[in-house]
Amino acid sequence: MVAAVRGCGGVWRRVWQCGAGGSASLGQCAAASSARGAVAPAGKSGLAPWVPVVGLEIHAQISSNSKLFSGSQVQFAAPPNSVVSFFDASLPGTLPAGYQITQQRVPIAVNGTLSYSLCTDHKMSQMVTKTVRIKQIQLEQDSGKSLHDDSRSQTLVDLNRAGVGLMEVVMEPDMCCGKEAAAAVRELQLILQTLGSSHAVMAEGQLRVDANVSVHHPGEPYGVRTEVKNINSLRFLAKAVDYEIQRQIEELENGGTILNETRAFDSKLGCTVPMRDKEGKQDYRFMPEPNLPPLILYDTKSLPANINHQQVVNIDRIHERLPDLPSVKRAKLVEQYGILPEHSFTLLNEDGLTEFFESVVKRTQMKPKKVIGWILNDLLSYLNQHSLTVKESPVNSSMLADLLNLLEKKEISSTAAKQVLGELWKGEGKTPLEIVKEKKLELIQDQEALEQICQAVIDGQKNEVMAIKAGNHKVLNKLIGLVQRKTQGRSNPVLVKQLLEKKLLD
Amino acid sequence: MRALSLGRWLRGAVRARSDGPGRARPVPGSPQKVTVDVLDHLEHLALVDFRDSEGVERLQKAIQFADQLHEVNTDGVEPMDSVLEDRCLYLREDDVTEGNCTKELLKNAREKVEEYFVAPPGNIPLPKLEEQETYLQSS
Repeated sequence: MVAAVRGCGGVWRRVWQCGAGGSASLGQCAAASSARGAVAPAGKSGLAPWVPVVGLEIHAQISSNSKLFSGSQVQFAAPPNSVVSFFDASLPGTLPAGYQITQQRVPIAVNGTLSYSLCTDHKMSQMVTKTVRIKQIQLEQDSGKSLHDDSRSQTLVDLNRAGVGLMEVVMEPDMCCGKEAAAAVRELQLILQTLGSSHAVMAEGQLRVDANVSVHHPGEPYGVRTEVKNINSLRFLAKAVDYEIQRQIEELENGGTILNETRAFDSKLGCTVPMRDKEGKQDYRFMPEPNLPPLILYDTKSLPANINHQQVVNIDRIHERLPDLPSVKRAKLVEQYGILPEHSFTLLNEDGLTEFFESVVKRTQMKPKKVIGWILNDLLSYLNQHSLTVKESPVNSSMLADLLNLLEKKEISSTAAKQVLGELWKGEGKTPLEIVKEKKLELIQDQEALEQICQAVIDGQKNEVMAIKAGNHKVLNKLIGLVQRKTQGRSNPVLVKQLLEKKLLD
Repeated sequence: MRALSLGRWLRGAVRARSDGPGRARPVPGSPQKVTVDVLDHLEHLALVDFRDSEGVERLQKAIQFADQLHEVNTDGVEPMDSVLEDRCLYLREDDVTEGNCTKELLKNAREKVEEYFVAPPGNIPLPKLEEQETYLQSS
């Protein structure tokens, strides 16, 4: 059973230097019982352990058609200033526009939690569930984009993004390493995509993550935190957080101090660097927005009568119409198909893989528990090797289903099936059956012929036969191997074993 | 309301992200003097150079002008953010009804480069407080 744990309880010791050829995954978060700090450089051993603290501020772009307060389109990579209304551009200038509207005092939601899982080892055999508290979710406007033209000391401004609705999700510092941060964000991403409220693609700026990182000794107050920005993928999030933790530990162990600053992650160097280009000290100068009446959320009980339904947000109604969230989907997959929880995670994690799996299961007699092996071990590894998405797979679900049916009907061996899959991968348009016939991979169905071959092998291996009859049954495998060779892999090893045993041991 | 915010700001009710230098807290009611720290903070925020005494004096006069608002007794009166507070926010249909007016948008721009607005140069690197030669230091 898995228990919900807040924070990983892991402790860090000083690990090898970043950039000195060491891996960027600087020490894993170990369970509290084993502080696996790996190699500590000589001369600094026996130091007190560090507890890293990681909080996240996530901005998710709302995938609405129009902007929060204007009717201009929400569109990625549109020509500059083409999806901008007069309002977005603060024209004609009478209103106090040009300020970002946000929910400073009363955010739309507070006190939530997010459950996420991670595997404690690389084999994905043990999953642990963690939770992170969500302090609040607030609505705000996105800002425009500025491009710095240093050659002409100019700043060019594109307001396409200005006014697009954002959800800012503030996560409490309940995480302790890059892996946890990435796993939490991944789960949030899946939830948002399932709900359809955000496409949450980090590469397109629809999901932006800033990490707040600090370290302290157990029992002592939290240390000074830095904010890390410019993180463009989940992988970089984990790297940036782990690097920053390590940097702070080293700085403090060398007698230095941590500045409460904003740092940028440099993905090429795998490091965080101070953001010198910041506009000095930040002072947001919040002021109330006088032109917006309050947004009131209702539930079924508080819903006023005789009101235009288009004008009302009823959270009960929204709740009723929610699709299955990822955690529910996973549980259903496990229950329906008898697969392991780890499998359900991989299925949901890869875009389109669940649909592929279910499609194959529908078309084949093979049990889902066996099908999942082919999906996760064979298909997925091919896809990963060639950096392809499920949609781009040259092998589609009906092709795989046909192949698995041949295997299930014992027309081919599993070794032959893997061979056929390799051929299918080439995408030459042949069906599994055609490849089997072409490469002569069918299992010999003629039992008599098989018996004759077995007998021939027995006759030719007098020593081995004696050993088997004397009690050394392991030698049987050698005979099976010889039969396989004689039949060019077209014999069913299970059947061969039965036949040999019948001849030798009866 | 925005002018009131300015007054409130100077009394230190600001939410600053990072820690700035200690700001003087003037006595409410009396004409507020602009201290060196406040000036430095303002200069960093607004990227405006108050280098000459005229600038600082104009600033002080502006603050004095706004301070007249304090002559209104607001004891026991709940602050009002909006005259619309008894209404409900109007929810618009999520339809695209605007945009596609790049030419018109850029018509009034003093400078433009290939359909981008050109912003005035920002980030004037200001010398640190100790290095500054503001006339205030002598006062």
